[in-house]
Amino acid sequence: MQRSGQASATSLPIGSDADLAWVRQHVRQCAAQLGFGLVQQTKLVTAASELARNTLVYGGGGRVEVTPLDNGRSRGLSMSFIDSGPGIRDLELAMTDGYTTGGGLGLGLSGARRLVHEFSVDTEPGRGTTVTAVAWVAQVPASRPGVR
Amino acid sequence: MSEQDAAASAPQVVSSFLEQRKEQIAQRWADAALFRSVFTISRDEAVEACKAVVDALSEVAVSGQLENVSAPGFTDVRDQLGRMAATRTRAGSTPGQIADEVARLREPVVDLLREEFADPAGPQAHESALALTLLLGTLRLVVMETALDANAELIERQRQQLLEVATPVIKLWEGTVAVPLIGTLDSARSQVVMESLLEAIVDQRARYAILDITGVPTVDSLVAQHLMKTVAAARLMGAECIVSGIRPAIAQTIVQLGIDLGSVLTRASLADALAYALSRQGIEVSRADAGASAR
Ligand SMILES: Nc1ncnc2c1ncn2[C@@H]1O[C@H](COP(=O)(O)OP(=O)(O)OP(=O)(O)O)[C@@H](O)[C@H]1O
Ligand SMILES: [Mg+2]
Repeated sequence: MQRSGQASATSLPIGSDADLAWVRQHVRQCAAQLGFGLVQQTKLVTAASELARNTLVYGGGGRVEVTPLDNGRSRGLSMSFIDSGPGIRDLELAMTDGYTTGGGLGLGLSGARRLVHEFSVDTEPGRGTTVTAVAWVAQVPASRPGVR
Repeated sequence: MSEQDAAASAPQVVSSFLEQRKEQIAQRWADAALFRSVFTISRDEAVEACKAVVDALSEVAVSGQLENVSAPGFTDVRDQLGRMAATRTRAGSTPGQIADEVARLREPVVDLLREEFADPAGPQAHESALALTLLLGTLRLVVMETALDANAELIERQRQQLLEVATPVIKLWEGTVAVPLIGTLDSARSQVVMESLLEAIVDQRARYAILDITGVPTVDSLVAQHLMKTVAAARLMGAECIVSGIRPAIAQTIVQLGIDLGSVLTRASLADALAYALSRQGIEVSRADAGASAR
């Protein structure tokens, strides 16, 4: 199954609720094209919805870069949510289930991490935040190694 | 050209030309797509519409505001132009195509104007034609403006309609209401849902309220929070809320996300939710061929 993952990255703005709907649609479409199953598609779209909303609400808006991946063994999707807002002062706290400064459920960051295979946050107070989430097609989730 | 005409400014020349040749201009314009396809009842109707536009142009010209899209002279025809643009839009024309149609009105009038002059290629004719061209360019902008206004209005109206249309509260049985949710459950929508559901609970004296999310593509933490708030509010009104239609992919996602719907009563389908509500009210549904004439 040698198909080149040359499809290029897409950058979408995140500045309004309508943009969030766009991001979800785009991620669903990309995921379906890459061969993600329905459950994985739903997880990716939900993670995108969480992270994009954080970019909008806490980061004051920004953009998402969606990039198809191909590591030779599997195909995947990378999503980077980028803002130049206030940044996250205490990342460990922000990643805790139930922690919220905005009256939410506090499950966006921690929940999105559980929904994907790779997750990283690059943030600096006063400079902004970039959250990157990656998922691979039909791969055992990284959080459950050894399961066959 | 007489002495007097020579002294008159180009806009004034254009204005009196429009006034005097109104009938001829209207006759030429009436067959243009912009008018013909909008005023379809009779040709006379199209001619009248053209005359109204010529009147407006003449008034704008005499006021000297050739390039002012908000010139008072346009006021009287603004509505008519808006209707024309809206009709063309509904017929499938893009804003660019509508602009082209307006642009095509120019040639016939400018030709007529040049014929007024002893020397149609002379500097006076040229100056007046230039003024008229400017004026028609402004008309084009006015039409574009009304077209965009009409579009924005249409979108806003549809948005409002969607908010209401997409959230009907249905009475399923005496004492049981349901809302089939469809599409994105953003904060504005969920507010409308909550309000109409609570209203229905009061109006119908409902004891059971079903929120069916079969048509909701994504349930993230915000949507879940909206659902839980709605359930809590319904409970305060004395109704038990049942969430139905959670598809398998969504159920798995919700769990991994960490959302605890443990306090919310859920059922796989709307039918299951209704069966639950009925049985709790002591209503039994059985086949008619079982003998009883069950309703
Ligand atoms: N892009 C960001 N910029 C700055 N702060 C952020 C950003 N993303 C998250 N945070 C901070 O991290 C906290 C936790 O985020 P998380 O998404 O987990 O919860 P939430 O958005 O508050 O609620 P929920 O997502 O469950 O509705 C937020 O309340 C906010 O303080
Ligand atoms: Mg969040």
